[in-house]
Amino acid sequence: MKVLVPVKRVVDHNVKINVKNDGSQVDLSNAKMALNPFCEIAVEEAIRLKERGIASEIVVVTIGEEIAQEQLRSALAMGADRALLIAAPSSLEPLNLAKLLTKVVEREQPSLILMGKQSIDGDNNQTGQMLAALCGYSQGTFAAELQIENGQATVTREIDGGLQTLSLTLPAVITTDLRLNQPRYTSLPNLMKAKKKPLSIIPAEEFAVELRPHTTLLKVESPPVREAGIRLNNVDELLNKLKNEAKVI
Amino acid sequence: MATLLLVEHDNHQLNAVTYNAVSAACELGNEVTLLVAGENCHGVAQQASHIAGVTNVLLADASAFKHQLAEPVAALIHALRQDYSHLLAVASTNGKNILPRVAALADVAQISDVIAILGPKSFKRPIYAGSAIATIESLDPLVIMTLRASSFPAASVSQSAAPITAVYGEDYQPISRFVDEQRVQSDRPQLATARVVVSGGRALGSRENFALIEQLADKLHGAVGASRAAVDAGMVANDLQVGQTGKIVAPELYIAVGISGAIQHLSGMSNAKVIVAINSDEEAPIFKIADYSLVGDLFEIVPQLVAKL
Repeated sequence: MKVLVPVKRVVDHNVKINVKNDGSQVDLSNAKMALNPFCEIAVEEAIRLKERGIASEIVVVTIGEEIAQEQLRSALAMGADRALLIAAPSSLEPLNLAKLLTKVVEREQPSLILMGKQSIDGDNNQTGQMLAALCGYSQGTFAAELQIENGQATVTREIDGGLQTLSLTLPAVITTDLRLNQPRYTSLPNLMKAKKKPLSIIPAEEFAVELRPHTTLLKVESPPVREAGIRLNNVDELLNKLKNEAKVI
Repeated sequence: MATLLLVEHDNHQLNAVTYNAVSAACELGNEVTLLVAGENCHGVAQQASHIAGVTNVLLADASAFKHQLAEPVAALIHALRQDYSHLLAVASTNGKNILPRVAALADVAQISDVIAILGPKSFKRPIYAGSAIATIESLDPLVIMTLRASSFPAASVSQSAAPITAVYGEDYQPISRFVDEQRVQSDRPQLATARVVVSGGRALGSRENFALIEQLADKLHGAVGASRAAVDAGMVANDLQVGQTGKIVAPELYIAVGISGAIQHLSGMSNAKVIVAINSDEEAPIFKIADYSLVGDLFEIVPQLVAKL
């Protein structure tokens, strides 16, 4: 069974984000970049499926600028077999990403698409669901557990109020939540080996998809700053403040 | 111009976040139609018809919608779309699951997690875990968006009832099947809409110790929340996580106990009216945004609070 894992290059989650002075975008100049954490979980899950003998090949794909090869190499070093970089501007909206990924799905014919539920830059949480819709596939979003058996995926999802388990007919799109697994660290020998694994670069134009903009970004601003309040010495002082100053209890 | 809003419910009860979403829908200035999709959920439709500002309620009552799976519900909304300029849902796990699927079928964008409506086509939404706020304008003929309920006030209840009309989905060949559900049973108020939230973090140390948080929450008739660290450590269920990828809350009072205040947690609660932080580490980032701070051992402070409330 072939597993396709779409991944994204994003700012490292430890980087403190500042907004550019002209309010046009966030300032990512010189920021450390990384594989999106939810994508890392998706790559890890695919590798575990391969280790259990369920997956036979893991193909990672990203859409973006050529520098995103770095993140593809990270995924290859974790244990993916082959990588595709669809060369396109890194600012594409989720619907356009989903349209390009649909073409990759047509070409690669995977039985399972495993991907992060959201990227930590745009926080959109859309691409997996859109890809499933465009392919006519079922979807298992926010996965906390995954079993594959007899052409069916059994996925336990993190939902408001608890957990929900679904059975999906393959091929299907599964998006990963935080507790699906703990991604492995990459060893130095595996990093070296990853340099020799196949990575192809395909210009987005080759897929002949019309990539129309659907939104305009008018402004990016910093959120309102919340000032630190006061230090209190004991519980009585706190209760007094909550009752008489804030009037919330 | 007309707006369709997907109602949050569990076939028995309307979820209170729907009231917040209705007031957001009203800000668009269009007639507001609510869609209740489920099975044996006529009572929910009746509740929905009594929300002030609602003009119509559509009721899709069929076994295919019982568990509100994304595939049939998205197909239903897609079939209804031509009568509307705006399709809305709450940015709950349900809305996030269903609405992007509708957007792709309709070949338009989805705008996620809207926190302010500036006009029929322009909206504010947080990006980078709330480290920045983007103002977005839609270029699509149909605007599809999910709403962050805590950013909008709750609509009131109306004495008069909007008419309820039955709608039907098309025949649907299931490609996904519901197997099982484990709902966390609780008599406490719901996290997303509670007036008071008490959250615990890594410093609680164990599931047993987390009972302290529950005792404090119960004294204040509040909801219980948790940081990602506490959820990852198995102290509480995942649905209590407050933060970027969990619940977004904006209560009157938020008490953070033993939570250091990682950015992804702060993005889920920094709009609370009053924030109290209790932590033994006086350098903890949570103190930078707290209105009232107590530096000390939570295992001494919280029992004292419980005793004195």
